Amino acid sequence: MNTAVAAKQAPTRKRYDAGVLKYREMGYWQPDYQPQDTDVIALFRITPQDGVEPEEAAAAVAGESSTATWTVVWTDRLTACDKYRAKAYRVDPVPNTGPGTRTEQQYFAYIAYELDLFEEGSIANLTASIIGNVFGFKPLKALRLEDMRIPVAYVKTFQGPATGIVVERERLDKFGRPLLGATTKPKLGLSGRNYGRVVYEALRGGLDFVKDDENINSQPFMHWRDRFLFCMEAVNKASAATGEVKGHYLNVTAATMEDMYERAEFAKELGSVIIMIDLVIGYTAIQSMAKWARRNDMILHLHRAGHGTYTRQKNHGIAFRVIAKWMRLAGVDHIHAGTVVGKLEGDPNVIAGIYDTLREPVTRASLMHGVFFDQDWAGLRKVMPVASGGIHAGQMHQLLHYLGEDVVLQFGGGTIGHPHGIAQGAQANRVALEAIVQARNEGVDIWNEGPQILERAARWCSPLRAALDTWRDVTFNYTSTDTVDFVPTPTEAV
Amino acid sequence: MRITQGTFSFLPDLTDDQIRAQINYALNQGWAISLEYTDDPHPRNTYWEMWGLPMFDVRDAAGVMYELYACRKMHPNEYIRVNAFDATRGFETVRLSFLVNRPKEEPEFRLVRSEGPGRSIRYSLQTVFPGERGLS
Repeated sequence: MNTAVAAKQAPTRKRYDAGVLKYREMGYWQPDYQPQDTDVIALFRITPQDGVEPEEAAAAVAGESSTATWTVVWTDRLTACDKYRAKAYRVDPVPNTGPGTRTEQQYFAYIAYELDLFEEGSIANLTASIIGNVFGFKPLKALRLEDMRIPVAYVKTFQGPATGIVVERERLDKFGRPLLGATTKPKLGLSGRNYGRVVYEALRGGLDFVKDDENINSQPFMHWRDRFLFCMEAVNKASAATGEVKGHYLNVTAATMEDMYERAEFAKELGSVIIMIDLVIGYTAIQSMAKWARRNDMILHLHRAGHGTYTRQKNHGIAFRVIAKWMRLAGVDHIHAGTVVGKLEGDPNVIAGIYDTLREPVTRASLMHGVFFDQDWAGLRKVMPVASGGIHAGQMHQLLHYLGEDVVLQFGGGTIGHPHGIAQGAQANRVALEAIVQARNEGVDIWNEGPQILERAARWCSPLRAALDTWRDVTFNYTSTDTVDFVPTPTEAV
Repeated sequence: MRITQGTFSFLPDLTDDQIRAQINYALNQGWAISLEYTDDPHPRNTYWEMWGLPMFDVRDAAGVMYELYACRKMHPNEYIRVNAFDATRGFETVRLSFLVNRPKEEPEFRLVRSEGPGRSIRYSLQTVFPGERGLS
């Protein structure tokens, strides 16, 4: 045992006497610890109960998420327990919390975990430790997992995205612009035949993808086989009408893995390029479907149904950037990741951090974007973020500015709600997108001149004219609840 | 029908000045331009004929336009596309691809349905060239 560590712990004799010790006296607080390149590192936001010191709270999180129980056990001495203990090694006060602010004092606790604590290639195992018991732990008022650094040695044990952005584009033969999608509306109640009509109109009009919604599975108004058959008729007919590869995300979410495999096989048999699952099926089911998708040349779309229950509040839960990280490891190809300008939660800086997590070969630490660690993805493919919820053609320049090119922009209401019809709504979106991309490539300042670019295109494209007139002033300007803690410090001009 | 492959097919056909502007953008990104042509734009026809090798060392849009004019002269009644290729790690793929020539009369696609057990259907697309219409 190295001496610096020993100094922080109770002497061995006392350390293993029966009874209760503080977690930090059990070796879970090691301020001198230097994290190894092979350690998993987790960053928690902790709100200790009154009277609990932050170092003890951090040590408790380390203990409860690794080897500890509430009391001393002699059986520790049968193991290399120093190795298996997670080590809280750093605690920082969170900016703008504590006395004099509206928020009680919070701390960022950095905890390192030895690689051998985890089974290779298993999100279920990773999360059973990191978020397993610890979130209900009484000495903490609240706890949030803000970020993780997954070591390359562990990253390499995961398959990663079945297809990835590059191969998806090569299969679809679509380059140089965001992809366009829409979710069929109304999301519930349409028969298969009517549902397929919406799909056909939207694809023929100019979208690349249409999508089932998260809660479309196999209900009395439309059983899954019926939906798949009518949707694939629509997809193929639209492909013939345009000469483009088209797709519909067939949601295979179901009660059991056997049902999901059956649905996925049928989607494949009908020639679909893409299937879809919901986050609520669980991490193991997601990894199973990712492996199935890799084996069957299928793009795998993930709808993040349910995440808002634990990602949105800043003091407790899991930041979505962590979910994004897990899902890239787990192997999905698409994930809903925020729009900035739409109807759902999305602070621009937080969203930038999430998009970087999904798309960069190495995601660089950026406190301004809520990213605390460099993350080397070790050749794992890139996940296509999907922006969906309350966006329309008039925001195209803002969407390209915030979200970049490798993204699926999904206009559900913004396509199907078009006053002239669904195909016209799709056309308006596609024309708006291509006009903005063209202008950006020509060097035009799209952030400032976007509205004029769209107005010019609307002169020859009447569906775009109608779209701009219908949704001109629709914005969702509410304050985000999930924001970053660090802002750039203005420096004096010299 | 108007085939809508490529980055800008929903816009009016690009003028040569507009094509040059897109090529300049791609060259400024460090991408290599290549030209490809075909008479069959079937969506699964990935490998259009190459008009020479990708122009890895051409850093001037005028050089690309010279090749485009020559390609158009040889294949006036076919599809021609400009591809911009990015060799950067993490991409190593086409980053921009748009049509710069179309035949006067474009082909169409016939959707062929083979009905299978249950209500399942196997679909295929067949290219129908202008001279072949109405034959089947």
